[in-house]
Amino acid sequence: MPQLSKIWAHMKNAPLGGLAILFMLVMGALFSEFIAPHSPVDQDIIQALRPPFWFEGGTWDHFLGTDELGRDILSRIIFGARISLVVGFMAVAISGFIGTCLGLISGYFGGRMDSVIMRLVDIQLSMPYILIALALIGALGPSLRNIIIVIGITSWVDYARVVRGEVLSIKENEFVDLARIAGCSTYRILLKHIFPSVVNSLIVLGTLMLGRIIIFEAALSFLGLGVQPPTPSWGIMLADGRQYLTYAWWLATFPGFAIMLVVLGTNLVGDWLRDMLDPRQRAAVRGKR
Amino acid sequence: MQRYIIKRFFQSLIVILGISVIVFIITHLTGDPTDLLLPPEAGPEEKELLRNQLGLDRPIYVQYLGFLKNIAHGDFGQSFRHQTSAFSLIIGALPATIELTIAAMILSIVIALPVGIISAIRPRSNYDRLGMTFALLGQSIPVYWAGLMLILLFAVTLGWLPSTGRGGIKHLILPAITLGLFSTAAIARFTRSSMLDVLDTDYVRTARIKGLTEYIVVLKHAFKNASIPVLTMTSLQFGRMLSGAVITETIFSWPGVGRMAVQAIYNRDFPVVQTAVFVTSVIFVGINFLVDIIYTYLDPRIKYK
Repeated sequence: MPQLSKIWAHMKNAPLGGLAILFMLVMGALFSEFIAPHSPVDQDIIQALRPPFWFEGGTWDHFLGTDELGRDILSRIIFGARISLVVGFMAVAISGFIGTCLGLISGYFGGRMDSVIMRLVDIQLSMPYILIALALIGALGPSLRNIIIVIGITSWVDYARVVRGEVLSIKENEFVDLARIAGCSTYRILLKHIFPSVVNSLIVLGTLMLGRIIIFEAALSFLGLGVQPPTPSWGIMLADGRQYLTYAWWLATFPGFAIMLVVLGTNLVGDWLRDMLDPRQRAAVRGKR
Repeated sequence: MQRYIIKRFFQSLIVILGISVIVFIITHLTGDPTDLLLPPEAGPEEKELLRNQLGLDRPIYVQYLGFLKNIAHGDFGQSFRHQTSAFSLIIGALPATIELTIAAMILSIVIALPVGIISAIRPRSNYDRLGMTFALLGQSIPVYWAGLMLILLFAVTLGWLPSTGRGGIKHLILPAITLGLFSTAAIARFTRSSMLDVLDTDYVRTARIKGLTEYIVVLKHAFKNASIPVLTMTSLQFGRMLSGAVITETIFSWPGVGRMAVQAIYNRDFPVVQTAVFVTSVIFVGINFLVDIIYTYLDPRIKYK
């Protein structure tokens, strides 16, 4: 366990901006009803396409303006955080689980098992993942559940590679041999003796992947094969805004800015967590995302 | 060395075989194509007849072997929508995608390498901070939003550049920047960190002590060695770009494989979708194979186990 003074030293380096962004994301998603000034789906044609308040024709009531149906942009962004966060967390959990299991097996057993799993990694890496996800969702039908499943099963590769690499070095430790001699089952060795050592890397990777998956989800919605309207999702807002780009720039600008902020937040916090939890990996993984 | 190349070649073949299995499975998940091919008033007998003609009533592994045999001949079936072969459609769209990807790649490398190298030579300088801030932003901006904002600025507001279609170099600028943005940031950060690792080695210190000029030390001694991990990274970025082209091409109405595939998904034109996935994947596998061979020349220490 790191000592308190060490933790404090890292807290001083904490990316306050990044943490604040993620805090806002979680709060926005949890308490959308209370924070958002308007309903995200109520239409008000009279108020349609109002610019943000600092432009002529804008009002304080619709802080960031309204869309083509008079819906409040700010409220839709706040409610949109929900979809991003739900998809992000669930997909990170699914892909993390698959990747960790495969990485543990691959690294611990080695040999033929390892070759098979590594070829699977090669195959997954070689395929255009956006097209695969689009094709799968096109086949299964766009629903929140399908989106989570499809993103989950197409993003496991990074976890498998990182976990495998860690396991390869961890299993050389004496404590693993001792556990084996003491008669622990393979399952127990993997779960109780090896897994705890990869948790730090998984937290780091999970944070960085959260941002990537939020981008991915919005991309699917942007292309019309993600969450379906009228659910407020950042990707859908971007797709709508694209049609009005020439005379209502705020429709596409703000939801995209929200995505960028959140991803910036996960990147900053992820880098910081890596420095804190996982100094060995710093050089190895830096920039590979 | 030859044995290594042969081994890598067979590994690539296995990967391509695996890709064909996944493409085949996806096609089967899409359900019964006879619903799409026949008019809605068609009866069950007509459906059965078509299923028989298409071979859909045979066991699944027989269907897969048939599929494999066909794709080996470049036969991915007829497009449901356009009355031509899916393969010729994709091959026809390929030059546009390759043009865009290469332009984006060149742009990324030309910007990312100097930024990364200079940041590594002067760590913690203002230049380093600025470069790395932009790199962090570049890795956080979603491609589709970057594209829309570039259109908003350079096409809608300033009117300098066209926002859609393929034509001369002017048409290429915005899509290439959009597609290259993420990779530029990623390669710059990666170049910086591998340069920092190399600059800290004994042979670079020796070169400095020998009194070689900074220019020679950095480029000939340090960068030559840092370039190997950078090359791996760059070749991985190539795969990302082939995938990212799907979105970029859609935004800019660029007539490439990605846009065609997205439209085929909308139209449930699955032969075209599977051809697009397969062809892009095979290109990527091919590039990685070539890069691996280039390594063996760059770094003779690589063991060809």
